[in-house]
Amino acid sequence: MKMMMGSSFPEEVLEHVFSFIERDKDRNAISTVCQSWYEIERWSRRRVFVGNCYAVSPAILIKRFPDVRCLELKGKPHFADFNLVPEGWGAYVAPWIAAASSAYPWLEEIRLKRMVIPDDSLELISKSFKNFKVLVLSSCEGFSTEGLAAIAANCRNLRELDLRESEVEDLNQSSGHWLSHFPDNYTSLVSLNIACLNSDVSFTALERLVGRCPNLRTLRLNRAVPLDRLAILLRRAPQLVELGTGEASDLRPDVLSNLSGAFSRLTSLNLSYAATIQSSDLIKLVSQCQNLQKLWVLDYIEDLGLEALAASCKDLRELRVFPSEPFGVEPNVLLTEQGLVSVSEGCPKLHSVLYFCRQMSNDALRTIARNRPNMTRFRLCIIEPRTPDYLTLESLDMGFGAIVEHCKDLRRLSLSGLLTDRVFEYIGTYGKKLEMLSVAFAGDSDLGLHHILSGCENLRKLEIRDCPFGDKALLANAAKLETMRSLWMSSCSVSFGACKLLGQKMPMLNVEVIDERGPPDSRPESCPVEKLYIYRTVSGPRLDMPGFVWTKDEDSALGLS
Amino acid sequence: MEKSIKFEKDLNLEATELRLGLPGTKESEKQTPSAIKSNKRVLPDMSEECGYEDNSNVSHVKKCDQEVAPPAKAQVVGWPPVRSYRKNCFQAKKMEAETTGMYVKVSMDGAPYLRKIDLKVYKGYPELLKALEDMFKFSVGKYSEREGYNGSEFVPTYEDKDGDWMLVGDVPWDMFISSCKRMRIMKGSEARGLGCAV
Repeated sequence: MKMMMGSSFPEEVLEHVFSFIERDKDRNAISTVCQSWYEIERWSRRRVFVGNCYAVSPAILIKRFPDVRCLELKGKPHFADFNLVPEGWGAYVAPWIAAASSAYPWLEEIRLKRMVIPDDSLELISKSFKNFKVLVLSSCEGFSTEGLAAIAANCRNLRELDLRESEVEDLNQSSGHWLSHFPDNYTSLVSLNIACLNSDVSFTALERLVGRCPNLRTLRLNRAVPLDRLAILLRRAPQLVELGTGEASDLRPDVLSNLSGAFSRLTSLNLSYAATIQSSDLIKLVSQCQNLQKLWVLDYIEDLGLEALAASCKDLRELRVFPSEPFGVEPNVLLTEQGLVSVSEGCPKLHSVLYFCRQMSNDALRTIARNRPNMTRFRLCIIEPRTPDYLTLESLDMGFGAIVEHCKDLRRLSLSGLLTDRVFEYIGTYGKKLEMLSVAFAGDSDLGLHHILSGCENLRKLEIRDCPFGDKALLANAAKLETMRSLWMSSCSVSFGACKLLGQKMPMLNVEVIDERGPPDSRPESCPVEKLYIYRTVSGPRLDMPGFVWTKDEDSALGLS
Repeated sequence: MEKSIKFEKDLNLEATELRLGLPGTKESEKQTPSAIKSNKRVLPDMSEECGYEDNSNVSHVKKCDQEVAPPAKAQVVGWPPVRSYRKNCFQAKKMEAETTGMYVKVSMDGAPYLRKIDLKVYKGYPELLKALEDMFKFSVGKYSEREGYNGSEFVPTYEDKDGDWMLVGDVPWDMFISSCKRMRIMKGSEARGLGCAV
């Protein structure tokens, strides 16, 4: 059979074929077939995802992919969400925006997560990309309503503005609320998420905006919008399918019944800010949302509410239950492991869970695992560290073991409660599809870490805090680290000496020691570091490190600067 | 007798009862989970937050002593893993709870039992001190920022969220009512020492 060389097909044909291939993994695979396929693929790649902004540089990106339309970047490690990464660590997006503004005039979408973005960059975005459509800033910071005003004023084709969980400085402009900067002839809004804004929203501007955008499907508002006003908005935009509310402190029965029609159309509901809705009202509300696929709620919903949820919402795919009093020692609500068990029984499509509670048992975990072998994301947070099975007082090793054993497609797992090295043995044995693992206050020895690093073939992100893991497992599995995106370890027992060694031996890794106590070489090498962040990179040590971050010196093979 | 019928709802009765937690808060039937307490932190102000009736005040006091051990005092950073903006939302709920009353225990050296008062009822320090004087039949002396309370052997003090004993009147009223866990009217030489301290 004659071998068909890549060049016997005209480029246009190959390009057309490649346009059906969307997944990064697949495109990466095509690009390795031969030189001409590599070239065609790189010129036609439109969507790029950079999971760690320090793994590659803007220059390298632009050189390889000259015509990107959708750029997604992630910055700080996940534990930054919980204040474990000191201020000023990095993840500055400005250089990326500056580079993109000249290289990608046709850029349409920018998605950032845990990055620092100044108003200047927002303004640059609004002026550089004529066809700009989507801006998603997830857990970002560094900008204010001034930047948002620029986006509103200049992005004529904006479809999506999503500020989920970002920190926005409210500058109370004299030029009017930033929402009113959307011109009168702007009608293309499809999705708006301003839930994180602390300040008041101009209701008039919001209502007018909602009224003139016929394609609006998603609306997530902040605390400041009371529920009866929400009713007004819903009437103006009956096509809404995703809704998140503010405080909803006045969820009166009459308001509720006015909204009931709207609620039954909802597929996604976020009530996790609504601290004043009582359990019975939550139950009423949730029971009306038969089409609900995603629910984020506070633990005021209690076991009873979750039972009602399990009975009414058969299409539920994702559930997140947040704690109303995370720092309380005693339970303030009747929410236990039973609530989660009910939902796992009643909702056959449930595959993504984040659950805060104060007690758990191996029995319950086993039941959940057996009920939901389709689970892909399971994040359990038992609030008090090292809490054992409340029935047997044993560790929860077996329960989590059941989860990884039965849920063969599990990609993300967060552990809590009393756990020994055993649980890591189970995870290493069964967690073959596991991509992200979060561990806190668990394990007995380096063996635990060794099980994970040697067993979890698909592991990409590992974050560990307050565990007795030290140098041995880390150094023994150094090569593994190059197959992962990143490893975070804080309050563990990894010595500075081991970090230095790792940095020397593994040139493709940036080993960052984060220590606010001062230069790590002012202490003995055997001294454990406060925090450690290791990630693979093709662009070498970064140049924007703050004073409390140490990494290997490019010039010196031995020393860490 | 009426009191047994209205027990749960009768605030007056509960005001003098030795218990923890806000009156009128829901009592759960569940046992408190027998979690093995790590020697890590429990916030000292939990006695206000939890709506639980603790059957044994003695055991709670013991718990507090354990919590005072140095490593346990500070809250563990970043645990539980809840984003800070969610914590703000709880603040709103707390303020809501605060409108329903803010009871703290008041003890006086030498008095045989404690009293409970609702700090929310008072607009400021003068009202509070007057109420205490009436309740315990004593005089509190004149307060000055520099010298504390002068002219009386009684000094009103309070324990704040960090577990420290402070002189009543030093911080702004709003800060006081949100951080005061309980009060103690000191008497005698111990009081004089505190009263003179700046």
